[in-house]
Amino acid sequence: MSLALDHAAAPVAASTAPLLAVEGLRVGTGSFHAVEDVSFCVAAGEILALVGESGSGKTATGRAILGLLPPGLERLAGAIRLQGEDLAHVTPARLRALRGGSIGMVFQEPMVSLNPAMTIGAQLGEALALHSDLDAATRRAACIAMLRRVRISDPESCLAAYPHEFSGGMRQRIMLAAVMLPKPRLLIADEPTTALDNLAQAEVLDLMVELARDSGTAVLLVTHNLGLVARYADRALVMQRGRVVEEGPARRLLAAPREAYTRQLVAAMPRRTARPERPTREILLEARGLVVDYPGRVRLLRRLPGKRAVKGVDIVLRRGETVALVGGSGSGKTTLGRALLRLVEPTGGQLLFQGQDVTAGRGAAVRDFRLACQIIFQDPYSSLDPRQRIGEIVAEPLRHEPGLDAASRAARVAETFAAVGLPGLDRRFPHQLSGGQRQRVAIARAIVRRPALVVADEPVSALDMTVQAQILALIRQLQEERGFACLFISHDLGAVVEVADRVLVMQDGMIVEQGSRDAVFDTPHHPYTRALLDATPRLDA
Amino acid sequence: MRPRLNALLGGTLMLLVLSTATLSALWTPHNPLRIAMRSRLQPPSALHWLGTDEMGRDVLSRLMAGAGTSCLVAALTVLGAVVLGSGIGLLAGFARGMVDRLLMLVNDALLAFPGILLALGLLAVIGPGQWGIVAALGLAYTPTVARIVRGAVLSLREREFVEASFSIGNSAAYTLWRHVLPGTVSPLTVLATSLFGWAILAESALSFLGLGVPPPAPSWGNMLAAARPYLESATWLSLAPGACIALTLLGVNLLGDALRDHFDPRSRPQ
Repeated sequence: MSLALDHAAAPVAASTAPLLAVEGLRVGTGSFHAVEDVSFCVAAGEILALVGESGSGKTATGRAILGLLPPGLERLAGAIRLQGEDLAHVTPARLRALRGGSIGMVFQEPMVSLNPAMTIGAQLGEALALHSDLDAATRRAACIAMLRRVRISDPESCLAAYPHEFSGGMRQRIMLAAVMLPKPRLLIADEPTTALDNLAQAEVLDLMVELARDSGTAVLLVTHNLGLVARYADRALVMQRGRVVEEGPARRLLAAPREAYTRQLVAAMPRRTARPERPTREILLEARGLVVDYPGRVRLLRRLPGKRAVKGVDIVLRRGETVALVGGSGSGKTTLGRALLRLVEPTGGQLLFQGQDVTAGRGAAVRDFRLACQIIFQDPYSSLDPRQRIGEIVAEPLRHEPGLDAASRAARVAETFAAVGLPGLDRRFPHQLSGGQRQRVAIARAIVRRPALVVADEPVSALDMTVQAQILALIRQLQEERGFACLFISHDLGAVVEVADRVLVMQDGMIVEQGSRDAVFDTPHHPYTRALLDATPRLDA
Repeated sequence: MRPRLNALLGGTLMLLVLSTATLSALWTPHNPLRIAMRSRLQPPSALHWLGTDEMGRDVLSRLMAGAGTSCLVAALTVLGAVVLGSGIGLLAGFARGMVDRLLMLVNDALLAFPGILLALGLLAVIGPGQWGIVAALGLAYTPTVARIVRGAVLSLREREFVEASFSIGNSAAYTLWRHVLPGTVSPLTVLATSLFGWAILAESALSFLGLGVPPPAPSWGNMLAAARPYLESATWLSLAPGACIALTLLGVNLLGDALRDHFDPRSRPQ
């Protein structure tokens, strides 16, 4: 945070020619234009954020600069000048020399943007070998120094390791190291941390800003997250449907947006509103000392040691309340959520539903419990069977509902579709819907049986900001109407602040802090909670 | 437009083959089995449109009669392999663990043999003939199908919609039938169409070795095999069954692609 402040305070060399000038850029194919008449400049050492939702053309703009547009899209018009050199009219050889040398790029998916078959050392050295005339030993030393800069412990052995040996956050730091090694003048970072949890996100971006400042690199940060803009960017450019809607200093833009669309984006940022006071109601689901172990892999004749994902957790969920379960990736929160519904079988401990033991077996109590508890998954692209019409998807849970004839079943499905705001779309297939609409279908499937408890596992983290706000509002509204309890699992405290009555913080398989929402947000006790809060992108940061 | 054309062309070809096969049971220009040594190896003429073979039999009549045999053998082979292989693949992929390892151990051992060699061995046990070929080739192709289906199931079962199916209280069997099996249709249709081609070719190879459809009954395979010595002197003998096999394969492949697209809702217009 202080980094961004210092940066903003530094005088931007506005008088001299900009490092990058994009003029009248149009990208598309035929009559379809993904980017229409986009012009902007990036000054040396400046951090410019390109903000927009899916389909706004922000990624296409970033990629057009490097000439790396996906098949089907091409640059139709406009000039892209890097220090006066028009990138649209240089030879492919010159463009290759610029890529990785003068312009570096960090991609969204750290899992796929590093080559799994090459060692880290080979990939780090690649750009240096291409763009400098250093000998192998000097390159190696530079790699090690850079890995140390991005806080990879034991950089020597890291050089010989393969990408799969590192976590997502570490991989993105390594990616950053690889890109920053040749000291590019411009770094294009396309949603570099979308796949990471908040802790890793803050780590990677803090490093990125620090490295960029040290080598005087300008950064074009492509993102949908206004919180990141507030925290890291000097200036911001808001895009909608391929056009630039608003441009200005990040601080001014977020504090006093001029255009309606920008205001809408800012309004979609989660904020804390007062939760209605509710009387404490009876206990719905209780876990006592819940333990979940994952067995280790079998290698030849021996079994490798497994992993204890949940280490003896006690949880109480009461009727009608919303409890947020928060933690970084690998904290065991998803496993705990699944284990509470017995989608993952607990290895130890006890699960009580309305006072009845439902830890094991298939008795009547367990069946009632199964039917009364539902789940909403994170990824609406994966959680819906692509071969079913959404009407069938929502009707499916009613198979197990006794005493419903075809007509009342159809009525129930129609009523549920109306409740989630998708009336009359039941003949569609999932691929014909947007991400937000799909998540509405997933919600409909979860509530169609009128459950007592819904576990929502990161229900909005795969969605755009404005859509996130809509889905959160929908969940809240349905809960008011229908009174089901909700366990809201998220790594993002920002989303949690809007919906939660109580917050549980999970680290390394254990609940390390719990309390009412305001208590946890205002007076966090555990250092991990404080770290999570610090890492949460906020407008007022 | 293109997919429609594929379906049309593939459908026409297959319809042609099947109707010829049906027709041959009722009527052929000549008796496909009648030997006339005096008129052997005649080039195509008004009387014998596609000429006669080394025993003076009418090639067109034999082709028509062979269409039924070849397509029936190939279709039954593929059907057997697909049903058996998908069963094994589904079980292995869904159960995982010990069941998977045992099934795949046997499966991989069988995969290590070339299909034709495996079929030869099986034929020695089952006994040659039309049904022997179906059984032997069907069993020989099963491991390939099982492998493909298992792979598809392994990735499908990790998808969240399978977990979602469990979360709404569906049984494993229902989930397998309703959500996992349909997902294997695309790879299966592609595989089945190429298997159909292999089966026709393998049938011809086995017939060539005297283990297939026993002479004098015609099949495209044994006609092609019998025509080999006359490749230079009587080219029409090998061209005719060869062209039939090629066109049938083309038809099956086009139809297979069309079917796959039809079964995949994502390929439908938005």
